[in-house]
Amino acid sequence: MSNSLYGPLPDVAEDAGYTGAPERRGFFTDTSVCIGCKACEVACKEWNAVPDDGFALTGMSYDNTGALGASTWRHVAFVEQTRPRQVGDGGDTRWLMASDVCKHCTHAACLDVCPTGALIRTEFATVVVQSDVCNGCAYCVSACPYGVIDRREDDGRAWKCTLCYDRIGDGLEPACAKACPTDSIQYGPLDELRERARARLDALHEEGVTEARLYGEDENDGVGGAGAFFLLLDEPEVYGLPPDPVVTTRDLPAMWKWAGGAALALAGGVALSFLGRR
Amino acid sequence: MAECHPVGFQWVMEAKARGARIFHIDPRFTRTSAVAHRHMPIRAGSDIVLLGALINHVLSGGHDLREYVLRYTNASVILSEDFQDTEDLGGLFSGYDAETSSYDPETWAYAGGEQEAPAAGARDEQEKGDDPDGGTSQGDGPGGPSGRITQEHGPGATYEATSSQTGHADERDETLRHPRCVYQVLKRHFARYTPEMVEQICGIAPDDFAELADAIVANSGRDRTTAWVYSVGWTQHTVGAQYIRTASILQLLLGNIGRPGGGILALRGHASIQGSTDIPTLFNLLPGYLPMPYAHHHEDLDTYLERAAGDTGFWGRKRSYMVSLLKAWWGDAATAENDFCFDYLPRLTGDHGTYHTVLDQIEGKVKGYFLLGENPAVGSAAGRLQRLGLAALDWLVVRDLQLIESATFWKNSPEIETGELTPEGIGTEVFFLPAASHVEKDGTFTNTQRLLQWHHKAIDPPDDARSDLWFIYRLGLRIRERLEGSADPVDRPVLDLTWDYPEEGPHHDPSAEAVLREINGYDADGNILSGFTALKDDGSTSCGCWIYSGCYTDGVNQTARRKPGSEQSWVAPEWGWAWPSNRRILYNRASADPQGRPWSERKAYVWWDGEQWTGHDVPDFEKTKPPSYEPPPDAKAEAALAGTDPFIMQTDGKGWLFVPRGLVDGPLPAHYEPHESPVENLLYKQQGNPVRQTYDRPGNRYEPVDSDVYPYVFTTYRLTEHHTAGGMSRFLPYLSELQPEMFCEVSPELAAERGLVHGDWATIISARTAIEARVLVTDRVRPLRIQGRVIHQIGLPYHWGSAGAVRGDSANDLLPIVLDANTHIQESKAATCDIRPGRRPQGPALRALVRRYRRMAGIPED
Repeated sequence: MSNSLYGPLPDVAEDAGYTGAPERRGFFTDTSVCIGCKACEVACKEWNAVPDDGFALTGMSYDNTGALGASTWRHVAFVEQTRPRQVGDGGDTRWLMASDVCKHCTHAACLDVCPTGALIRTEFATVVVQSDVCNGCAYCVSACPYGVIDRREDDGRAWKCTLCYDRIGDGLEPACAKACPTDSIQYGPLDELRERARARLDALHEEGVTEARLYGEDENDGVGGAGAFFLLLDEPEVYGLPPDPVVTTRDLPAMWKWAGGAALALAGGVALSFLGRR
Repeated sequence: MAECHPVGFQWVMEAKARGARIFHIDPRFTRTSAVAHRHMPIRAGSDIVLLGALINHVLSGGHDLREYVLRYTNASVILSEDFQDTEDLGGLFSGYDAETSSYDPETWAYAGGEQEAPAAGARDEQEKGDDPDGGTSQGDGPGGPSGRITQEHGPGATYEATSSQTGHADERDETLRHPRCVYQVLKRHFARYTPEMVEQICGIAPDDFAELADAIVANSGRDRTTAWVYSVGWTQHTVGAQYIRTASILQLLLGNIGRPGGGILALRGHASIQGSTDIPTLFNLLPGYLPMPYAHHHEDLDTYLERAAGDTGFWGRKRSYMVSLLKAWWGDAATAENDFCFDYLPRLTGDHGTYHTVLDQIEGKVKGYFLLGENPAVGSAAGRLQRLGLAALDWLVVRDLQLIESATFWKNSPEIETGELTPEGIGTEVFFLPAASHVEKDGTFTNTQRLLQWHHKAIDPPDDARSDLWFIYRLGLRIRERLEGSADPVDRPVLDLTWDYPEEGPHHDPSAEAVLREINGYDADGNILSGFTALKDDGSTSCGCWIYSGCYTDGVNQTARRKPGSEQSWVAPEWGWAWPSNRRILYNRASADPQGRPWSERKAYVWWDGEQWTGHDVPDFEKTKPPSYEPPPDAKAEAALAGTDPFIMQTDGKGWLFVPRGLVDGPLPAHYEPHESPVENLLYKQQGNPVRQTYDRPGNRYEPVDSDVYPYVFTTYRLTEHHTAGGMSRFLPYLSELQPEMFCEVSPELAAERGLVHGDWATIISARTAIEARVLVTDRVRPLRIQGRVIHQIGLPYHWGSAGAVRGDSANDLLPIVLDANTHIQESKAATCDIRPGRRPQGPALRALVRRYRRMAGIPED
């Protein structure tokens, strides 16, 4: 039971009650080849009929969608970095781009806290909101350690990436991966993606790109490993990602234990007080 | 490239994954720079200096691929004694006439008096004595805004091509030591293009230049090739054609043309621009790069063909191309007796390019105008003049996906806001006809690799939207209906036109495949032709565009082939169809050495196997012509080229390092400053391109060189999120939200100098107008140190206008009309301006601000 809430989980779909489920599917987003074209954002909206997210210039480099939200299920971050420089000096400018998405956690807090069963684990071990069941309570919003899922203001319900559940069930790749011109977004069986990612990481390290690292690939991390993981070229915080996300329901058993202990202690105290009265 | 061609850029990323080294040379740090190995910021408008210095580096270091240069280029040709270089004339070439601001190319000829005919460029041009461009003051010479008047001309002196175009030059020096041989002329010409000049003019440090120079030299030769990729950042200058020429010289010297991994790749502004030059929307070309005839006196088909191209090389078959085209257009009406209806073709009387036409609109000389998928009110330079031109028409037809600014200028243009125009004061009757998008019709896209790719209609267009094919076809039918029975000979060209296509689908679209078959061509019996070599000059074949002949060979739409790359060779000949003859690399004879052997195993592409040419691609050479072939004295067409002449469209089969004919602004590239520049030309006394087309007139005033009033360089460009003038993006919420507002990009240094605040507004002012934009202060824009001064550059995307889901001022409004005289393309990549914090004045006060600036700079009043 403890593994259902925290730590490595070899077969996520089976844990969710599926038998004979297909291999776990996910995303590997290799930001080292991202060119920031935002085709993923547009393809996602086209396929999933997600509304626009407002027309506001953020001033955050070329990022005008800002963050993942109810109406932005893929979000490309643009990070400008420059070493101090002088006029005429070539300087050292780096422009990092990374397409963020729902992590489809091994231990998904959003799903764990959902009181209506609107959030479900699919046979591909992905996490999907059933919009016709969601009652808009927003427990999931505060539960997500990445700040991914969000409520849409005008209809009140929670929305997020479905990993194109309606495409992958038909053997198609998700819209964002399909549209990505440089294969920065790769879709497939998670084990295969992890293998590919480690090979890519080794190659980059060999090229001297020592700052390259994987994010969300480790099943010993706070969410039991993400179904959508990343190769980053800097600290996660630089991209607006939490450095050490922990599933908010990790401590539930412990909390229950403490709560139970506290209840017992309280009950004991009450009992004692009654005893004392005698 | 990542910025404007993200899909094509996947192949650069793939090359990078395989070890290619990527240099990115651009005034600003873009999405391309982000993944390139090196980004080198350059001052806009200085690229010829950089490329020239690379040529100098190659020549002075002896890094050229000598056997290639000797046998495949005109390096050994000896030039006429009369030729004088920019070295001798302070930046001008011999033959310059200051009065007309034009060149007579006579002295650029090869020694021995032989005049080569160019394979492209200026052909069948004006005769001397014509005055086709009275309204154009060219270069620094005098001239007034008197309007274009085409004068009748006498038979006066001409410099047309002679009929004795035998191709090969008479005098050569294979040792390349003769002082007048092209190789030595090049050496002297480029000697002043040094790394120091690169630093002083481009702002690129000598160490950075050395890194680039070493890299391209190390990556060129028998075993390796280097490719240059450019886009409108090279073409949109008053020296645009010469930018490409400079790159051509460099690539020829390094042996990088006609070989895998080499070349100069022109990225186009949008889909099928290549197609729209092949089967042109350009005023001066006919399909297949045949020149449009000029209004010469008594010109018949024979004299036209004499001028149109040379007799040797594959242009030697020009008569079969032209006659087959005339047969495709006028069918049975075209006979040998009536010159195949050659007289039916309209004639040119001068520059009928878009900018000249706009000025004519303002002067009331143009009554009606069709805009098919073009939004000049936002997308063309001098936007205010564009809109004033539209407002002066009697009628205007706009076919587009959305109600773009060019259709709504009469109610929402900036000129309405300033009060210069009022809706009730504009007489233009605007017809807006909704157009089908590319997914709503069949057709082809031709990409930069000359690859035709068929797209099938996915859905029918909604409501009244129709394809362009539908529109043009029906327009033709209605015009013919109106002219039916006319006895006026002027109506014959329309009435005799072959204008009959099968119709299909719910909207009765003419069949696009039938059009493609017509383009491919038929023989006398109506059989589909196999390719352009099957074309006849006697009227027995018809072909809508000779270079496309073969695209429907075997009765199969070759352009619709989509065999996956994994199921065929790495050249992928069965994906789409490339002109000519499905060749994927042009001039690929050059991928083998003179004896016909691959230059190296690694770069093997096509080769001579002892009996024929073979290899991975379709050889761009006669299949059985051996490397040892020497042409007999009076040979014509391709038979006049030797077995070692790979550039088969040239009269001499050679790559032209020096161009004796075809360019109007010089046989060699020379650096001239942009028309509006913050600095004087450090290389020559001549400041700007002496033959550039200028129009100093109200609404199009120019800023002086090195102006205190307009001290900053600006350059315009596109963003991934939007499409050109915005007709296909600004009206769509999914794209609009990604780049919702017009902005300018400035360096932190310039922001400090002018008090610009990130996220706030700025006003950018030129002699034409002022626009406002939100400020992005970014390290991606760097000040450059040029000639001891700090030069700031401002980046301006040009997508916004007064309509759409997101709106904003148009960067193109700032630009003047000043053109490359070869191409009539505007200089929109380099001009000068001022910038200051805050929004621009609204209403009539805007014009007052612009006037005040002009007065400060001493520019004439409008």
